Amino acid sequence: MKQYLISMYQPDGELPPPEFLAKVMAGIDAIRAELQEAGSWVFGGGLHAPSTATVLRPKDGDVLITDGPFTEGKEHLGGFTIITAPDLDAALAWARRYALVTTLPIEVRPFQGEAGD
Amino acid sequence: MPPSAAEIEEVFRAEYGRAVAVLNRSFGDLDIAEDAVQDAFTVAVQRWPAGGLPPSPAGWIITTARNRAIDRLRREASREDRHAQAALLHAQAALLHAQNEPSEEGPVRDDRLRLIFTCCHPALAQAAQVALTLRLLGGLTTAQIARAFLVPEPTMAQRLVRAKGKIRDARIPYRVPDEADLPDRLRAVLVVLYLIFNEGYTASSGPALVRDDLCAEAIRLARLLAGLMPDEPEAMGLLALMLLTDARRDARTTGSGELILLAEQDRSRWDRALIAEGQDLVRRCLRRDQPGPYQIQAAIQAVHSDAATVADTDWRQIVQLYDQLLAVTPSPVVALNRAVAVAEIDGPGVALALTDRIALEGFYLFHAIRADLLRRLGRDAEAAEAYRAAIERTGNAAERDFLERRLRAVSPH
Repeated sequence: MKQYLISMYQPDGELPPPEFLAKVMAGIDAIRAELQEAGSWVFGGGLHAPSTATVLRPKDGDVLITDGPFTEGKEHLGGFTIITAPDLDAALAWARRYALVTTLPIEVRPFQGEAGD
Repeated sequence: MPPSAAEIEEVFRAEYGRAVAVLNRSFGDLDIAEDAVQDAFTVAVQRWPAGGLPPSPAGWIITTARNRAIDRLRREASREDRHAQAALLHAQAALLHAQNEPSEEGPVRDDRLRLIFTCCHPALAQAAQVALTLRLLGGLTTAQIARAFLVPEPTMAQRLVRAKGKIRDARIPYRVPDEADLPDRLRAVLVVLYLIFNEGYTASSGPALVRDDLCAEAIRLARLLAGLMPDEPEAMGLLALMLLTDARRDARTTGSGELILLAEQDRSRWDRALIAEGQDLVRRCLRRDQPGPYQIQAAIQAVHSDAATVADTDWRQIVQLYDQLLAVTPSPVVALNRAVAVAEIDGPGVALALTDRIALEGFYLFHAIRADLLRRLGRDAEAAEAYRAAIERTGNAAERDFLERRLRAVSPH
């Protein structure tokens, strides 16, 4: 089995209305329950806004701490899920459901090595 | 009689994809599979001229490739190479599994089908899908693929390495997709084969209009796909479309490589054998009655190839087929082609009105077709302007020459 990182990218700026977000959250919870049921769930969750991020950079043998985020863009990582799946098609099938539920672009990336290595 | 170098080359082209596909199933690694098959062909080139062709060249290649790969992996595995150890374990498991299968050929034909779907996986960029398909199934060298697409060889090599790396690291599966995914995934495969054919038929840039090798390879792969998926009428439709189009290849250019339009082609130079095969496939599609875009396009070409002269062409049937095609693939390019057929029934004025409603400003054919309709209406100044717009937008030298000749005819100075 392999592990895959499923990342959700959301646009910067104002959040959608709460009733929309409630529907999205319910959808995400339902996928998580199914992933757990299938034994494929590893870890995941939603992140606070990029304005809450802190960045550390090595400098002259010391580390400099600054207010984040690491990169400024039009989108940011809103949350992620780590799953185990036999192959990319299986991972894409889960990711597809996240895309439909969140209406956000989703990125799937494989972890190095095998699950359980 | 000992085989000639050309005969060995033919075995290579015919069997390379099958051998790579079988070996990839054995070792779970495309690079190992490719290296092993190339090793085996190197041995074949040394041995076959003296010893003659083995009874089953494909079986010989696969067995030799597998033995050589196992020898090499054993050497590497003993040096604590984890990748080699994994490939060796994979091969042992696959061999155990394969003991239930009667022979290397026959039932494992679908290994190539698996390989096609892996190469054309939607997680790979389309340019990579095309390159992988030509490399792994067609056995073209990286240099040949780079030349065909006018890309520097290191760029193409990089593209192939990256794509194979993604297949391995992201674990793109090696199988025919599930029933639910099959329609979308098959469509992607058909697009890749059609892209290869089109790049061969009207090279998007470069001096020659046609690159025969790409056309031949696309047809070979389409034939393979249609054979492996006999229940998919679109695979058959694509093969028919390629055959009927390719049948006109010789009539499409003059001896010096100048483009000749369909209406002006010497139809005695059309390849009757290819037309007969293509038309037979179209009839089989019609009996199936599950029309799709490739089948309809093939049917349109079949109508053209039925006509002894341009005047004999059944334009009404062609317009009807374009209507059907528009219904399944509503695209401006289809609308443009339909307008060309309408011109033959209702005249260039009606066709021009249709053309002017199509938004294809960036496409050279849009301007070339407008130019031709304007020329036929006697509106030479506007025609000249449209020819110039078309010339600006084509990268193919033969097409540009043709358009420049047309331009001089309406604007002689």
